[in-house]
Amino acid sequence: MRANLQITRRLVWSGFRQQSTYRLAALGGLVANATFGFLKVAILFATVRAAGGELNGYDVATMSAYIWLSQGLLGSVNLHGRSELTERIKSGDVTIDFLRPLNVQLSHVASEVGASLFALIPRGLPSIGIGVVVVGMAMPDSPWPYLLGFLSVVLGITLGALVVYAIGTSGFWLIETRGIQSLYMVVSGLLAGLFVPIGLFPTWLLAFAEATPFPSMLMYPVDILSGRVSGVGSLRLVGVQCFWLGLTWLAGHFLTAAGRRKLEVQGG
Amino acid sequence: MAETRGAIAPYRAILASRMRAQRSYRSNFRIDLTSSFLVGFVELAEVWVLFHNVHELGGFTFTQILLVFGLADFCFSIGDMLFGHCDELTKYVRAGTLDVFYLRPQPILLQLITSDISLKRLSRAAVGLTALVIALVINDIAWSPSAVLLLSLALVSGIAIFSAMFVWAAGLQFFLINGAEMTNAFVYGGRYAATQPAAVWSRPLKVVFGFFFPMAFTAYLPVIALLGLPGPAWLPAWLGWCSPVAALWAWGMALLCWRWGLRHYQGGGG
Repeated sequence: MRANLQITRRLVWSGFRQQSTYRLAALGGLVANATFGFLKVAILFATVRAAGGELNGYDVATMSAYIWLSQGLLGSVNLHGRSELTERIKSGDVTIDFLRPLNVQLSHVASEVGASLFALIPRGLPSIGIGVVVVGMAMPDSPWPYLLGFLSVVLGITLGALVVYAIGTSGFWLIETRGIQSLYMVVSGLLAGLFVPIGLFPTWLLAFAEATPFPSMLMYPVDILSGRVSGVGSLRLVGVQCFWLGLTWLAGHFLTAAGRRKLEVQGG
Repeated sequence: MAETRGAIAPYRAILASRMRAQRSYRSNFRIDLTSSFLVGFVELAEVWVLFHNVHELGGFTFTQILLVFGLADFCFSIGDMLFGHCDELTKYVRAGTLDVFYLRPQPILLQLITSDISLKRLSRAAVGLTALVIALVINDIAWSPSAVLLLSLALVSGIAIFSAMFVWAAGLQFFLINGAEMTNAFVYGGRYAATQPAAVWSRPLKVVFGFFFPMAFTAYLPVIALLGLPGPAWLPAWLGWCSPVAALWAWGMALLCWRWGLRHYQGGGG
């Protein structure tokens, strides 16, 4: 158990270090985050103002907090659906992963979480900085939302990596998974509340979104960090995140085992 | 005549083989078509969700924004189908396989453009086209020969502008390599911007997406000219007729960046 924990820590750290070498990529990501952020500001501020300054609990300041926090997390939460696993299945390299004395799911997820945590530094914090300095946004006064919010962010990032891993195992059966990947990208972006906060959804769509793991990846961490949900409500959201974390972990575990039996490497 | 046919024959052969290749992974191609359709559908849903909360946004009702969305998304999908794979240039540069392009007696940009065609985008273009046709029917448009001309100009120029964005981005990849997201901000951010009512933009956004990357010219400006709506500050309705000028500007910039990038390229060292 202790050895396992240490390996996980090492893998997270190596993912973190690997990502830190791509500085230009990080800058590019920040430019993209900021550009989309300003476009979201334009359209969402206009929506709040058109509704008379208040819309489903959002005013301009809390909307700004939603926009810049979600833009900041965008570089870390896997909403694009790309995973190393599918590449390695396609090339056959995944057999090497199976030969290693490591849990394949754990090692893939751990190094992705490490890389994602690094992305918070060059992409996450500056995006939030733009929100605070350039646009202005609502921020909670007590330290509690920040602490619980950070935990929620880590849970959200891990959940994203786990869901993408589980979906990536479809490669064992399909080989070419770009279609699934783009399907994931569309669905997760909408239901995680990337372009429109799920609080603005019509009731039926909101209920549908809440029945999926996607809000736990982006919307809930943002709600907790911005203080839109506080107290017992915020603890409930973290609980929901943990529930999905467990479920997707199990799903990934069984899919890996089934995929391993199916795996057939061509060539030699 | 025979000479031009001989000149385009290799491109045709490549494109035909690429089309066959996409359809050979059958289940993936079907999922590809479905997901590409859903991309368009979800993007429309995102616009709808906003308008579901308010009656009017940036001086537009949902029926009116449907026209902007349909026009912009249709033009983008077609541009993406024909030129979207220019994004792959980074891979070729990184793997050194771009050098192969130099060995063939054809212009490199033409080779890159005809190196692929994404058939899956057709289903997304279908969403845009459906939205456009419905919007043209339900909106109050004073049909006349000049309205038809305006719409045709907008369609052709819109496709040209989005296509130019992909070439522009490809030219800069020679410098950025790992920083592809920097250009994505304007190519894909540009698509997002093009479907918005530009009246809600701040002044910097009007400069960037109104003129420098002429996104407002792909749909918003032609639509306000077509519907006879007043334009916001800096974007008067008569500019809707200037979309071909914007297309020329976009292509000028794209080709300049491409030439610049190609000169910078030193080869893969193979």
